[in-house]
Amino acid sequence: MLLLTCPYCGIAAEETELAPGGAAHLTRAGPEASDAAFDAYLFLRDNPKGPHLERWRHAMGCGKWFLAARDTVTHEVYGTYPAQTREPPAEVVARIRARHPGWSWRSAG
Amino acid sequence: MTRYSAFAIAREAFRDHLGWRRAWASPEPRAAYDVVVIGAGGHGLATAYYLARNHGITDVAVLEKGWLGGGNTGRNTTIIRSNYLQDPSAAIYEKARSLYETLSQELNYNIMFSPRGVMMLAQTEHEVRGYRRTAAANALQGVETEWIGPERVKALCPIINIHGPRYPVLGALWQPRGGTARHDAVAWGYARACSRMGIHIIQNCAVTAIRSRDGVVTGVETTRGAIACRKLAIVVAGHSGVLAGMAGFRLPIESTALQALVSEPVKPCMDVVVMANTVHGYMSQSDKGEMVIGGGADGRNDYSQRGSFHHVEETVRALIETFPILSRLKMLRWWGGIVDMTGDRSPILSKTPLGNCFVNCGWGTGGFKAIPGSGWAMAELVARGEPGPLAAPFSMTRFREGRFIDESVAAGVAH
Repeated sequence: MLLLTCPYCGIAAEETELAPGGAAHLTRAGPEASDAAFDAYLFLRDNPKGPHLERWRHAMGCGKWFLAARDTVTHEVYGTYPAQTREPPAEVVARIRARHPGWSWRSAG
Repeated sequence: MTRYSAFAIAREAFRDHLGWRRAWASPEPRAAYDVVVIGAGGHGLATAYYLARNHGITDVAVLEKGWLGGGNTGRNTTIIRSNYLQDPSAAIYEKARSLYETLSQELNYNIMFSPRGVMMLAQTEHEVRGYRRTAAANALQGVETEWIGPERVKALCPIINIHGPRYPVLGALWQPRGGTARHDAVAWGYARACSRMGIHIIQNCAVTAIRSRDGVVTGVETTRGAIACRKLAIVVAGHSGVLAGMAGFRLPIESTALQALVSEPVKPCMDVVVMANTVHGYMSQSDKGEMVIGGGADGRNDYSQRGSFHHVEETVRALIETFPILSRLKMLRWWGGIVDMTGDRSPILSKTPLGNCFVNCGWGTGGFKAIPGSGWAMAELVARGEPGPLAAPFSMTRFREGRFIDESVAAGVAH
């Protein structure tokens, strides 16, 4: 079973304790944004085959949202980090690049 | 190519079956085609078939990175039904179901279509209201379904426990002409028919890049060399996001794992398909006697073709309550496929931001039942460059425009 360490309470939580929340680091379009920006925020997804930055909630634990870097092919977890983070921490990016040289995080979406 | 018939079987019986030929050819790819279809699953092969049959376009290559029908076409629970709530869904799924009725004759290949009837159980008051509404909608759409009470459910499927305890069966939406078909045979039958009409099916040929000039597609790079094309159809289900990335656009799709499992074979005990959406499990019995079981998709993004253990446990736990007879059965095989989920749980058949590049995806957890209708509508879209009446509502721009075809709420969770 997939285990993710909650960065708040430090528990290595089993997947059944967690609720998946889709892609992380989306730019939330505001009221003035264009239709295209809303489309990108609400619907369009990278859906990568490989490293994926995603949101999880420790639903059956502390109840808080956190972020994880997980590989969608191997389920390898590159790290978890708090949701109040605008971009993945350097050590998580380094661990991903060790497996996928040249991997870059797309900041536009 | 030999026509399959009782006479052919008798003739071969007299010569040690030495006269059978391969059902489809494996040609070397040419440098250029009129149309390239990426993905030799059911939808891709059906697209190629109807391009030739309905539009006379036979200069077509179907590229497959693995083996023919080895993706979701070979990994589903083979259920065919068209009892959807929304009009565009009912139209395309009923087109598919009606084509399935005569597909064996049309393809000269026995796809073992078995219209044994599909019932979707209502186990809460909410579902009762929902399915009564769907039955009324189906009556207006010309889709033959009816609302039946719990006694009729028990009569049609005696192994059901209709008395609960948690979720008593309150009735069901019954589609008597729904059923199952042999999933591999659908891919094989289309492949054989395509090959007979001169379409190239090229296996072990993964697309690595999509080439374009001035915003119009010009061809693909593959592991077997560059192939030029005038039009490109991307029909790759779970990998749609990857191919869309190569073509330079994004899709409103996320890929997750959906799994299915079969039990050891037992004597015939169930001659209908039962879907229980509240507890999230569905089941039918195969011709070999195996109970074919499906459940819910995982919630997280996944390309691994393996689902999570706890979803299997939830599915089986739920079905045992409705079918106590299952509790001592051993499970034989278990597998997963990568399903392409849209936000409204309806498919995408659409033009794309790249000229002459078309996409057919988003069938999510319910693609098998739609194969003939999907291929029919996609062929029309590719041949004319504009969607016909079946495909038009399923444009990828419908999300931005707020024209959802919301089956995620209407049809329950399982498709």
